Order: sequence, then structure tokens, then C-alpha cells
Amino acid sequence: MSVETMSIFSPKTAARFDALVLKYPVRRSALVPMLLYAQDDIGYLSDAVIEEVAARIGITPLDVRNVATYYSMLRFKPAGKYNIQVCTNISCMLRGGYDVFEHLEEELGIGHKGVTPDGLFSLEEVECIGACCWAPAIQVNYDFHDDLTIEKVDQVLASYRVKAEGETKNA
Amino acid sequence: MPKLVSHPDEVKIVSKRFGMGAAELPRYMELGGYEATKKALAQGPEWIVAEMKASGLRGRGGAGFPTGLKWSFVPKQSAKPKYVLVNGDESEPGTCKDHLIFLHDPHAVIEGTIIAGLAIGAKTGFIYLRGEYRYLIEIMQKAVDDAYAAGFLGKNIFGTETEFQVIVQSGAGAYEVGEESALMESLEGKRGVPRIKPPFPAVVGLYGGPTVINNAETIASVPHILMMGGSAYAAVGSERNGGTRLFGISGHVNRPGIYELPMGYNLHKMIFEVAGGIRGGRTLKAVVPGGSSTPVLLPAEIVNLGMDFDQVGKAGSMLGSGGVVVLDDTVCMVEFALRTISFYAHESCGWCIPCREGTDWLKKSLTRFHAGFGTMKDIDNIQYLAENMMGRTFCPLGDAAAMPTIGFVKKFRKEFEDHLDGKPCPYAKHLEVALV
Repeated sequence: MSVETMSIFSPKTAARFDALVLKYPVRRSALVPMLLYAQDDIGYLSDAVIEEVAARIGITPLDVRNVATYYSMLRFKPAGKYNIQVCTNISCMLRGGYDVFEHLEEELGIGHKGVTPDGLFSLEEVECIGACCWAPAIQVNYDFHDDLTIEKVDQVLASYRVKAEGETKNA
Repeated sequence: MPKLVSHPDEVKIVSKRFGMGAAELPRYMELGGYEATKKALAQGPEWIVAEMKASGLRGRGGAGFPTGLKWSFVPKQSAKPKYVLVNGDESEPGTCKDHLIFLHDPHAVIEGTIIAGLAIGAKTGFIYLRGEYRYLIEIMQKAVDDAYAAGFLGKNIFGTETEFQVIVQSGAGAYEVGEESALMESLEGKRGVPRIKPPFPAVVGLYGGPTVINNAETIASVPHILMMGGSAYAAVGSERNGGTRLFGISGHVNRPGIYELPMGYNLHKMIFEVAGGIRGGRTLKAVVPGGSSTPVLLPAEIVNLGMDFDQVGKAGSMLGSGGVVVLDDTVCMVEFALRTISFYAHESCGWCIPCREGTDWLKKSLTRFHAGFGTMKDIDNIQYLAENMMGRTFCPLGDAAAMPTIGFVKKFRKEFEDHLDGKPCPYAKHLEVALV
């Protein structure tokens, strides 16, 4: 099986997966992290991603789907370049988590699980992200932004817009 | 970056290296790093377990099971390899203590894992972090790589004949995986559904081998306990509750944050002195003492309440994960109950019917109730339904959803009644919970 040579993943991710499956007493233990890293690389769990992950682990694509549908961070449709995850669980709710979420809905013109037409941002209301003492908090992809106010949310949004512009210019 | 806070009443044991750059190995060594592991290697498993028993350390994940006793349950002889599994899935709403441990002191987690391995005779340890903690997973992985490079992990740790390997694992978003048997399922590359017990993990665990599963804070406490001695650690805390705890105070307080306080510390003092009192000079309405699954307490109930497993249990709640959520008089308790149950309905894995259906029905009833369409009978039905979920599921998620709901209805019945007959909610702005 030459998945390594025909990989749909970037060379870096493919190399990482080659090592990952050998790390555990049982090959299948690589599955959950592999799905997350695959999503980071491709953007979402497409049919092709599921096929290759299944081949690498040595299980069926149906087995992979069965596991993937369980985990809330894994998605089967593309998200925005910057996926904004707003915690509204109790500690964040008490300190304005819903205000942050509604403000972002208005600013971006999208709702829960929506993607902006330019594909730059997506928005998600999520459960506790483990930043309760620094609430309200959001995650943009994997980056935490905590102790937020509406002004700070606007600054965060602006910083990602600038970042995206810089990347387009350099491209 | 999470803000660090401090208060003179703190006793810094687990948090003593926070903010000191100890994630870097050379700095960690300057701060007395890996001395505990060397000591454990020299003294052997029986001494380790004896010190742990003497320390009175009880599981910091929430169940409060004595750690030394848990380790002593692992059979000495085993045909299958034994494992140590560190639970850093930290997902209980109101809880963010392990976040700081991974950020500021990842080597303490490695040391604790090695020591637990020495105690039970395991050669491999897994450190499982929730997938949202990617930046912490990277910090943890770098610490593990550095420890391998220094010869502290691998075939011959510290130049001895002892082998110990550590694998850092990422989750991908699931509260349920914080339950020990679901955690093992996830680590085996499966859906995180719980296993029936017995057999307990100490006998049949990961890959069928005997496994010790401890919370990250429990594990990070281990090296400190061996350095200061079990009985010295025990003396810091209260009766049958050794040591300190990382209490995470969140919600309507002036100075939210993680504070390391002795077990048994007064809850009223914790809120009004340590965390600086209620924000905006408002009145305290309620406290959720140990993460979202612990039944709510009223202001009168916390005046003389010491925060340890036994005292909070006696007061009708639980110490849980030590996440203290403080509510002021602006909060609608029906909305708060609804947000709490919505979380459990979202996170129920669906394996056990009382939990899968129960959480969903409770959410529906509370949604209707909060919108003003409830009837008097609903109040009793909510409680009846919740009571019938208790103890009828493989894992404690069903109980974790039912217990706080029962508490809200019992202690704030008047507020539920105020929502009857189409009356608009007197406090809340948000009628529906958007998350599905």
C-alpha cells in the first residue's frame, strides 16, 4: 500500500502521519489526533481525507466516519479561514458570552455555523473551552482570546483581517 | 494569555512554579526539577505508594478517590502491559485549572506520570489533553521531547535499568471523554462511549491492561508530595483531605482566577476576600461550588462551609473539580438551569437511554418553561425526570446532568413559579439557547 506516495496531505502532514501510526501499542490509537491534524491540513474531513485516513490506520472508511461523527471539533464541511468559536457556557455566559456571540453575528452577518461569503470567517457557538476564569473567551482556530469586551472583540476581528490581507499581498 | 492572580492566603505547592518559565527544562532544573523522580527511583514503589497514602491526596478530577489507594489496587503481576493515563481532557464548565498546569509546569506532569508508572510497574504513560488545548499540547510535547533528550524518558531513565515512555495525545472535542472509561475508548481510536464497570481500569483498562487514570492536577501534585513528604502535605489540608487545591473562581466576582488554597478553606472567604467579592457591589445569589455538575448552594449555606470533599458533600453538593461559579442577583436561575442542561444534552454520548433522552427532555421542558409556557406540573415533572436518570447510566454524565437540575428546582422553586402563566422572564434576555 503506497498511501505515502499518493497522499492528499501536504508532505509535512504525510510525514507526521507516517510516524504517528507507529507511536502507539495499537495503530488505531492514532485515529483521533490524525483526524484533527488532517482537518487542519485540508480544512475539513472530505471523502478523500476519510479514505486515506482509513487506509493509513487499516480500518474501513465507515469505521472512520463512525468515530469522526462523535467528536465536536471535527467537521465535514469547510469552515472559514478563521473559525471563531464563542463559548457561551455558564462562566462565559455570566460575563457576557452571549453579547460577544451576538455582536459577532451582527459584525459578520452570519449565524451559528455560518461562513462569510468571502470565506474569511466562520462563526460557531461552542461549549466550555477551558478559559472560565478569564471569561468571556473565544478561540479563533486554536488561538485563545480571553477577558473580552466588545471593543476587544472588534480589535481581534480587525487583527485577523489585517493578517489575511498581509497573506494575500505576499502570495 | 490567561492572567495569573495571587492572594496572601494561598499555599503554593502545585502552582509554585507558575509564571517562572518552568516549561523550559533548564529553568525547571534550577527550580528543583526531577529531584522527586530521582528520589522515587531510589526508594522504590512501596515507598511511593506509602507516601501517597500518607499524603491524603484525593483525585482532583472530581470524584475525590484517594490516589495512593487507587495505585495500590493495580495487581503486581500482569500478563498484559500496565499503563498510566493522565486525564487532561478538562471539560467540566467552570474548570480551567489544568490549563495553567500544562502552560506553566508541563515537566511536573511528566514527573508525576513517571512516578505513577514506577509505583504500579508501568513502562508507558499517556498524557491526554483536550483537542481545544492545541497550544498546550505543543508545550507538553516539547517538554516530553526535552525530557527524552535529557535521558529522563526512554529505555534507561536517569541511567538506570528502568524504562519509561510518554505519549502526548490530543482529543477532538468531547466532554464525555473526561470520564475514565470513555477516555480509554478515545485513546484506542474509538467513539468515546463509557465501558461498564466492573471490571475497573486498575484491573482491565487501556488495551486490556491494568491502568491507573489520574487527573492532571493529581499527577502534577505527586512530585511535590514526594519532595515535602506525604504527612507534611496532608497537614496543609483538612481532615481526610490532604493538601491544597487549585480553585478556579469564575463568574460575578471582582478577581476571578485560579487560586491555590488549602483543602477545607472557607467558601465565603474565598468569594468575598480571595476573589474580591461580588462585581459591581451587587448581592450574591448562588454558588455552584465544583463545576457545572455540582448542585447549587445558597448564600446562607456557604457561610461556614469548608471546601473539601466531605464538608461540601455534607452540605448536599460536591467539591467536584474545584470550579467555583459565582452568581449575582441579576441571574435568572431558570435560564442558568437551561444553559446547564443544554450543555449536558449536547454532550451526552447517547449510549445510555436515561441520559440521552433525559437530558433532551429536561432541555425541552426548561426551554418551554423559560419562555413562559410552563405549567405548575412541569416543575415536579422536571424533578421527577431528573431523579429517574440518577444511577441508571454506565457513566456519571447522567447524574452530572440530573443533580444540578434537581438542585435548581428545589432551591429556586419560587423563581420557576414566577415564570408560569406566560409571564415574561423577570431577568433574562436570551429566551432560547442557540446551540444544537
